[in-house]
Formats: sequence, C-alpha cells, structure tokens
Amino acid sequence: MRTKSIVEAVFFLLLILTTSLGFQSDELLVDDEEFGLEGGGIRSQSRSDPNNVNAATPSSVQSTRKRSVPDSDSKIQFPLEHAFGDSDFSPAGTFTARLKSSSHGSQMQTLTKLRFSRNAFTETEKEGFKKLLKGDDFYRIRVPSNVLNLSGREYVVSSVKARCLPRDGLEEHFVIHMDGVNILAINYGSPGACQYPRQLKFHAKWSFNSHTVLKPTEQAPRTPIFSEAVVEENAEGEEVQPPERSFWAKYWMYLIPLGLIVMNAMTQAMNMAEEQTSGQAGVQGQQAIGAQRAQSTVVRRR
Amino acid sequence: MAKITAFFLLLCIIFFSSCYNTFALYEDQVGLMDWHQQYIGKVKKAVFQTQKAGRKRVVVSTEENAIAALDLRHGEIFWRLILGVNDAIDEIDIALGKYVVTLSSGGSVLRAWNLPDGQMIWESFLLGSKPSRSLLLTPTNFGANKDNVILVYSNGCLHAVSSIDGDILWKKDLAQNGMDVQHLVHPEESDTIYTLGIGDTQFEAYVISVRNGEVLKHSNMEFPGGFSGDLLLPTSDKAVVLDSSGSTLVSISFVGGEIKFQKFQISDLQGYSGVAVLLPSKLAGMVAVKIDRSLLFAKVKAEGTLEVVDTVPGVEAVSDSLTFADGQTAFGLIQQDGGKIQLTVKSSDDWKSHFLKESIEVDQQRGLVHKIFINNYVRTDRTYGFRALIVMEDHSLLLLQQGAVVWNREDALASIIDVTTSELPVQKDGVSVAKVEHNLFEWLKGHLLKLKATLMIATPDDLAAVLQIRLQSAEKSKMTRDHNGFRKLLIVLTRAGKLFALHTGDGRIVWSRLLTTFRKSGTCESPRGLKLYQWQVPHHHALDENPSVLVVGTCGHNSDASGILSFVDAYKGEELNYLAPTRSIALVIPLPFTDSTEQRLHLIIDAEGYGHLYPRTPEAVDIFQKELGNIYWYSVDINNNLLKGHVVKKNCKEEIADDGYCFESSDLWSVVFPSDSEKIIATSTRILSEVVHTQAKVNADQDVLYKYISKNVLFLATVTPKAMGNIGSVTPDDSWLYVYLVDTITGRVLLRMSHHGCQGPVHAVFSENWVVYHYFNLRAHRYEMSVVEIYDQSRADNKDVLKLVLGKHNLSAPVSSYARPEVMTKSQSYFFSHSVKAVAVTSTAKGITSKQLLIGTIGDQVLALDKRFLDPRRTLNPTQAEKEEGIIPLTDTLPIMPQAYVTHALKVEGLRSIITIPAKLESTTLVFAHGVDLFFTRLAPSKTYDSLTDDFNYALLLLTIVALVIAIFVTWIWSEKKELQEKWR
Repeated sequence: MRTKSIVEAVFFLLLILTTSLGFQSDELLVDDEEFGLEGGGIRSQSRSDPNNVNAATPSSVQSTRKRSVPDSDSKIQFPLEHAFGDSDFSPAGTFTARLKSSSHGSQMQTLTKLRFSRNAFTETEKEGFKKLLKGDDFYRIRVPSNVLNLSGREYVVSSVKARCLPRDGLEEHFVIHMDGVNILAINYGSPGACQYPRQLKFHAKWSFNSHTVLKPTEQAPRTPIFSEAVVEENAEGEEVQPPERSFWAKYWMYLIPLGLIVMNAMTQAMNMAEEQTSGQAGVQGQQAIGAQRAQSTVVRRR
Repeated sequence: MAKITAFFLLLCIIFFSSCYNTFALYEDQVGLMDWHQQYIGKVKKAVFQTQKAGRKRVVVSTEENAIAALDLRHGEIFWRLILGVNDAIDEIDIALGKYVVTLSSGGSVLRAWNLPDGQMIWESFLLGSKPSRSLLLTPTNFGANKDNVILVYSNGCLHAVSSIDGDILWKKDLAQNGMDVQHLVHPEESDTIYTLGIGDTQFEAYVISVRNGEVLKHSNMEFPGGFSGDLLLPTSDKAVVLDSSGSTLVSISFVGGEIKFQKFQISDLQGYSGVAVLLPSKLAGMVAVKIDRSLLFAKVKAEGTLEVVDTVPGVEAVSDSLTFADGQTAFGLIQQDGGKIQLTVKSSDDWKSHFLKESIEVDQQRGLVHKIFINNYVRTDRTYGFRALIVMEDHSLLLLQQGAVVWNREDALASIIDVTTSELPVQKDGVSVAKVEHNLFEWLKGHLLKLKATLMIATPDDLAAVLQIRLQSAEKSKMTRDHNGFRKLLIVLTRAGKLFALHTGDGRIVWSRLLTTFRKSGTCESPRGLKLYQWQVPHHHALDENPSVLVVGTCGHNSDASGILSFVDAYKGEELNYLAPTRSIALVIPLPFTDSTEQRLHLIIDAEGYGHLYPRTPEAVDIFQKELGNIYWYSVDINNNLLKGHVVKKNCKEEIADDGYCFESSDLWSVVFPSDSEKIIATSTRILSEVVHTQAKVNADQDVLYKYISKNVLFLATVTPKAMGNIGSVTPDDSWLYVYLVDTITGRVLLRMSHHGCQGPVHAVFSENWVVYHYFNLRAHRYEMSVVEIYDQSRADNKDVLKLVLGKHNLSAPVSSYARPEVMTKSQSYFFSHSVKAVAVTSTAKGITSKQLLIGTIGDQVLALDKRFLDPRRTLNPTQAEKEEGIIPLTDTLPIMPQAYVTHALKVEGLRSIITIPAKLESTTLVFAHGVDLFFTRLAPSKTYDSLTDDFNYALLLLTIVALVIAIFVTWIWSEKKELQEKWR
C-alpha cells in the first residue's frame, strides 16, 4: 500500500515537473526572443540589483493561448513613488511591462512580463529611512491606479513599518492586483515574516532586493454537477448491493442476550446439581457465613 | 433476583423516556421559548368604519407601508398587509362601504381590499406621463348608477376606475401645461368634477364630465406674485392659498368656472409677525393658519371673504372635519402641556360651542401629539360622542374616549434601527423576586401533572393545564440573571428616537424612554439614531454599578451634520448624560480597553478624519496614549470607489481642538477600484465579540488545516456599473461580480475572485475564517450562495508532534499583520432557491458548537441552514473517512427543509435584520429577528447537549429514586426472610 502511494507520488511529481518544465521552456524561448534586449537595457541602467521574479503564471498561460491570434503589443512604463513617514512622495523606481491587447476584444488589455527597477537611495533618502527605522514609522509607496493614464485620478498606496524591511540588505515584495490596465491594489512588505515586537536593526547594504508578483483574478470555482448526473449516480448506487454482512454483524444484538440467558440458566442448573450432590458442604458453608455475620454484628455493636 | 432486575429495567425505561431530547419543534412547544409581536409602524392616515358594522374598526396606513384594520375596542389587529419597501402608500379610503382602496407606489398602483378580512379584490396599474402628486377621490353620491367610480389623479393623468372590478373607465392626460393638480372636487349631486391646480403664477380649474372624461370647461387666471405652499379647499367652491410672500391669504372662488381672487392680509389685521403656514387639515368652511406657536382660525364666507374667528395657543394637531348624521360638522384639536393633553371637539359652524372638552394624562415618554383623527358614535343617551385616535411623537397610537386612554400601541418597535443586549442584575438576598416565584406546593402540583402527562394517564384538561404552566413559566420572565444566560434585556433603538428595553423571556417592555437629545429642536433639525454600543458592562470590581449603553445619532442626513451622544442606564432607562451637538460622526470604533469603572473606550471618527476619544477623562487618554501607534481603521468610500486605511498617530494640532481628546490619523494604504468596471455594493466584517474555539481543523485523513483567523479582514463585493440595476436589467456577458478579502491593517488583498454573469444584491456574513455570500447568477437564472474559507499556510508545518514536544513550533509567536501571510482559500458555490433579506450566523459563548446560518427569506421567515452544507470541501463521492467527518455529498443546490424554519409558522413581516446573542450555555444561542414584527427564540445548532430540556420532569426522577430505594429495602427484607427460612429448614 505504502509503496504504491510513494510510486504514485513520484509519478505525480514527475508529471508536474515535466509539464511545468515544458511550459517554462516554451515561455523562456519567447522571453529571450522578445525581451532579452529590453530587460538587459533596464538592467544596465539601474545600479541596484533587481532580482526580478515574474511569477505571473496565469498571464503566461494567457500569452501562450493568445499566440495564435495576432496581438498588438506595446511596452509601457509606470513609476513607483515612495515617501518616508509623512513626507511627500518622490520617484523611487520604474515598472516596465508589456501591454497585450487581443484583437477580438479590443478593450481587453492585459499586462504581462512585469519588470521592476529601483533607483538607488540618495543620501537624504537614506537619512529619511534611518529616521523611520528609529521611530518605527511607515515607509509608504504608491503607483498610479491606471497604467495608461499616469496622471489619473488616484494612486494606489501601500505602506509597511520600515523595520520590517531590513535583512541583510533591504528585502521587499510587491504583489500587484490588476484588472486590465487598472491597478487595484499593491501589497507591499517584506517577503517573509515580520517579527513582533519589531527590533531596531540596521542593514549592511543599501540595495533593494525586489520581488514582484502580478496577481490575476481567480475565477470562482464551481463544480459542475447536472441533476441528471446525480440521478444516474443515485441509480447506480442503488444497483450496487451493499456488501454482504456476516451473520454475527447482523444479529449480534439478539445473540448476546440469548447467550447471557443460556449462561445464566446453565449456572443455575449447575448450582442446583451442586446443591443436591453436596448439600452438606453447602450447609457448612452457610454456617460459616452465619458465624462471620455474627462476628460482624458483634463488631458493629461494639 | 430476576424479578428485581426486571423491575429495575422498567424503571430505567420510564426514566429515560421522560428525559428524551427534542430534535424538532413540536406543536405544544410553540411559545415556550419564543415570542412574536406584531406592529404596524407610525400611522399616516386613518379611516374609521363604524357604521353598520358589528365590529368597530379603523383602517390605517403607516410609514412602514402597512395597511391594517384595528379593533377600536382593544387596538388589536384584525388584519394587516405589508406592501413592499418601494410601495409607499399615498392615499387610503373606503369605497362602497366594503372595500379599502389604497393608492401606492407614487400613485401608480390602485388596489381594493375586502374590509372584513383584508383579501385583495382587484388591482389596477395606472400609467402616466410624468410624476406628480397622487390624489384619490371616492365620491359617495353620483346619483343612480354611477355610484361606483373612483377618481384618481396620479402621474399627470386623471383616471376613472370602477370600484367594482378596478377597470379603468377613462383616462385624461392633464400634464401638458405644467399644472400641479392639488384637488379633485365633486360638487354635490352633479356628474362633473373640478380639477384644481396651481401653476407658477396661475390658478387653473378644469370641469370634467364624470361620464366620459370630457373636458367641459377649462379656465385659468394669473395671480400676480404667485403662490406658495399647498391649496386648501374649505368649501366645495372656494379654495384658499398663501401667496409667495407668505403674508397674504388668497381666497379663490371658482364656481361655474369663474375664477375670482380675494386677498386677505394676515399681518395687517392681527399685527402678527413671523411666517404663516397654512395647516393641511381639511376643515369645513374654515382654514387654520399656524403663526409661531398659535393657530389662527379663519372662516370662509359665502362671498369669498375671510373672517378671523379665533386664535388658539399651544395647538399641536388639528383633525380633518367630520360630517355626521344631520349634516353637522366637527373637528378635533389637541392642545398639550407636558403630559397633559386637552382634546377639544368643536363645531365648524358655530365657533362658540364645542361638543367635547376633555383633559387626559398621557405618559411623558410619548412626547408631542403629531396627528389626530376623530370619529363619532352614538352614546346610550342618543347624543353624539367622539373618540380620537392620536399619533404621538414616539410613533405610538392612542385611542382617547370619555377622557381616558382606551388603548395604546407601541408602534415605534416597528422601526428598530439597532439592538444591543444587557445582562440582568444578579440575584441578591435583598432583592425581592418572591412575587414571581411560586410555592413548593404549586411546584409539586405542576410536576405531578407533568408526570401524569408522561405516563399518559392525564385527561385533556390536565394536558391543557400543563401547557399553560409551561407557557407562563415565571422562571423565564424573572428580572434577575439566570445560570444559563437565557434572560437578558434587549435594548433597542427605534427610528422615533425612543429607546426600549425588552425582556428576552416574554418580550415585555421593561422600560422605554424618549431621549431628549433625539427630539426635534432648534439646534437639531432632523435627529436620527445610528447605532447602539455597550458603554459600560460592569463585572468583577464594578459589579454594583448598572450597565449603560451609548446611543449614537446624527442631526441631519449629510455626512458633516453634527452628532449626538447619549448615555443611558440599561436597568432604569435614565439618560445619565448626553453630549449634543458634537462634531460629526462618520465611524464609531469601540476599543478593546476599559477604564477603572469598566467604561469602554470609544474612538469616534468625524467626517474630516479626526478621532475623538470618549469617555473624556484623563485616565482614558492615558490608556489610549499607550496604544497610540497600534490603532488602525479603514473607510469605504462608495461614491469614489475607494478603500482606505488609516492609522491613529498623534494629538491634533492646537487650532483644531485644544482639549487633548482629539487625535490625528494619517493614510496608510488605498485600494482603488476602477470606476468604469467596478462599483462597491456590499461589505461585511466579523463581529468583534465573536469567539473562536480552535484554530485547527482536523481533516478526515488526520491532517490539520489552520484557520486564518484575523479580526481585521474585510469582505467586499463589487459589480460592474451596468449591473447595478435590478436583476435582469443586464445581460450575463456584461455583468461581473468581484469579491475581495482585504486585510484592513495593511491593505493586503488576500483574495480577489470573479463570478462571471452574476449580479447583486449581495448579502454576506463573515464568521471565523469563512464568508458566505448570496447573489444572483444570471446565466443559471437562479440565486446562488458561495462560501470562501481561508486557511493559514504558514502554520501548516506545525503538524509535527516532535516539534511540538520540543517547543520548536511557532504557535505561540505573536502574529503581525506586516508579515506576508501565506493563505490558501477554498471556495464553492451552490444554488439557493430563495432570495434573501438578511443573513446572520449563530454565535455561542465559547464557539465550540457548530454554526448555523440564519437566512431571512423573502417570505419574511428565518431559515436555519447548517454550515456543513456550505463546506467548500464537499465532493461528489466523499470517502468513508470524509463521511465520518461529516462531509455531505456535493449537490448543486442547497436544501431547504421545512422543519428548519426557526420562525415555524410565524412571519416576521418586513424582516430587516437578524441578531444572534450567545447565551451562557455553550450549546445555545439567542436569536432576535426584527422588521415590522419582532421575533425572538433560542436555538441549539448542535442540540442541547449540555443541559436537560426545560420540560425535564424532576418529579419523575425523584419518584424513580424513591421507588428504587424502597425496592432495595423490600428485596433486602425478602432475602433476609428467605435466608431465615432456609436456616430453619
């Protein structure tokens, strides 16, 4: 049983690995073709070390699906701004992404291949950040709510206690929730846990290690059941006879009392026989008991 | 020996049969632990029906859109109908002496109801061109065969409707020239009607034939300066109106289509200053003008001039004129001085005489008289007597007759805004509760009767007596705290600004108070209650103090209207203190801190985002300062589609408030919903007081899932703007429903999920780690309910027992919202055939008992649905292990079991909200549902596993024990004797 399950698990793992590998290789090819130059360009511009994670698997699925359709792609940029405590927002970095608009639904535009490059902190910004660490205050960031219309109505703001960010360097993690070209929310924080109470500790390096995740919307799952199927199911269920139970499993509730009664009767019969055969002994025994009783009564009287 | 065993077995059987457990409600258990009260709401209009009727009744229409026939003798409801929320009743009248005719929904629906039993006779829809005021005229004497026409002016059209079957006989559009039709007049014994209206500066009259709707004559006349206010019609050929300056009365004579104006200066004649208001009461041959606090009565003479008859000070309400037997007309007016009401019924013809002058004491807590309706009856000595129905400021309805209040109805309870609970006082030696306790003999007698019933030797009379005893059990209506926590006070805030305390045992009103701060005054134009909070819940060291509640209200409908705070003693109903007017109130946050007198700290956020701390004591500020950086709040801006998070940071600057109780907050995060594709329609959070027993959930396969339990998760639903309308107004392809789970500290979106082809209205309930929400699926043409459960993945590696033993687990580590949560959500959707008015979930003291969803259905009933049906882990073919865990096989529809209706056969008309309160007994939860009606019951979602039922027969238990003891002795003696005999043998 166990070996079987292990084999199954291994097989399953293999399956996952192969499928994911397949996807990745597919995706990587495209990535290299279309994106290698641009990505490199950005990387050369930025002095920091953007360790970009493009974890938008569903969006990549979309792109693979859409490849058959002639797509019109365009590259867009939108800024990330930050603020220290209650100060004003100032530019902090740039998000670069590829806008895909499928031909059949002209309004359906989606962002893929989000990259982020952070500007290095200036001296004043470093000072500001240190002040935040000391005061256990908030480090705030914002991005425009519409990536096409940068001067749009609102900014999506997020903030984190500054003391959550420092590790070895500064670790940050973005989760961007998008709907078409609109950014709904940006979740900003450290990639791991943030211990409470927050200790004051300074980091060694002034470089950001950024992780970016583009989160698409989940579709509400619904197990499709049709009433017919259920009926069939039921019909089948009725056809299948329940496994035959043993005689004991069926009638134990009658057998146990019966057994008890039989045993009771047998002991009584044996007693009777005993009484008849060794009446003398019985009388003696009774006398002994009587003596004991007398003793005990005496004890009680005292 | 066998004999003894048999005897013992028999006793055991009797014993166990007496302590059976109830798994459903039996007929004789109705009313044991539930109560139901029926109300109608504040009366708008009343029509008396006393002629030729055996049962004297009054038909009323109310602000809760109810039509009710009340017994004039006792005030009981003969029948009652609640029209929908959007079906406001405009007019009500009686036609043909047997039908109640109502005009509702802005004059577009005309219905006739049978007067004796409230059955609907007919209904017609009156369509028009543009909205206008609605008028209803049921003429009584059209001559021979035209007796059955009802004339309705609504939506710019005049309709003649047959009162027999509701057929529209003819229709005439009068909307074309912007006239505001205000009166339909039927001159005696003619078959024409006058339609009177005023435009901007002109008076218009149409003479229309009743037979076919033909306009016989149309006349209009300009009045220089124009009119203001409504037209009054003292006689059938003269109208009176105020001119635009408000200082001149204009009497208009329009007999035969000839219009004549005559002016009458109010200021000239009496030397009054101030604003004159024409009272809308219909008085025969008279008009009443309100100037300051006094009322000026003016008679309209035959030639059209006005003559001032009298000025009466301190008049609160004037009734319409009543015509009785020999053509006499009378009207009633009420003068009030505190709790003393003076009712005067005057003749319209002869001002000097009056039919009736009575002085009546009423409860001070009822406030001022708002409306009066009078009715006449023939006394035993053949003279005419009058009775008056008065509507008070607290929405209660009183019938006055012969100088006394015959009956009253507390109809404020039809419009409850918010509910909170209070524990009753602890039973003490000094507190006398003797009068509700009965003596030992009665107790024994009751149990003997019960015993007889159990052994099935009781007569029907005995059974009835047993039922009576159970229903009137004094135990449940005592005014002290009980061991099980079933007895509580429900403190309810009503729209009238009156606070009531209801006893959960029998629903009686323990005290009621019309809060002075919630009465209309110069500083507060339209006071309105918002919420109730538990201000002081004494326990431990402050046990001797009475608990108190905080009533929060606002003075207007704008967000920046000034606020009202009132503190009320929960036992006595006294207003301890009030703060009004304060700064505006946008949000009240009860903080998890109390001061030394057990007063809970509350932070009230105003419209500008400043927080104000209450109670205003230095001690409270000290407590608050310690937690200053840890207080977060969020705001949902529905108009701008924004969700924002804030943190309370520091004291306000000097120029805003110099008192030290004001705190500034700064914005932390924001979530912006794109306005072209999403619109916020519903939000839901966990109830702050909810208790969760365990964080772990053990699976069938011995695996552990950790619930993600956070008090700071907000459920939010948005739909595409197109789908904001009614169900069916949008195609499934254009309609999306998005649901969000947002952490309100960091603004982190834990889940965003879309339902394609679905639309609102969304009703959601959030409890523990799950949300259940109800919406409409346009593709399936059915309502659906979905469940989302959130599990914490970061604790998933705590399953290792070895780690637990070695202490290498993170179970006791403090949880920070700033840590990135690793959550997993599970979700599933089910069809649910009912539309829903409210959803709630049962709550118990320790959170151990399984949960039930309480669904207020469209039929105004409350349905209890086990949470197990809304489990996302349900599969089509559960394994044996899963079945043992209690997972139900997956079905596409949620079952509706008729036995699962908590309200059994009753209806909570106009259901608005369901509130659950945990009892002290873990298995039990108290449920209070309110709308126009009130309903209260006790529920045990997993049966009462921790207590014997109320009707457990202690006498039988006692008897069994006694019998057993006797049996032991008897058998012992027997065996002794037998032994002796054996020895002597």
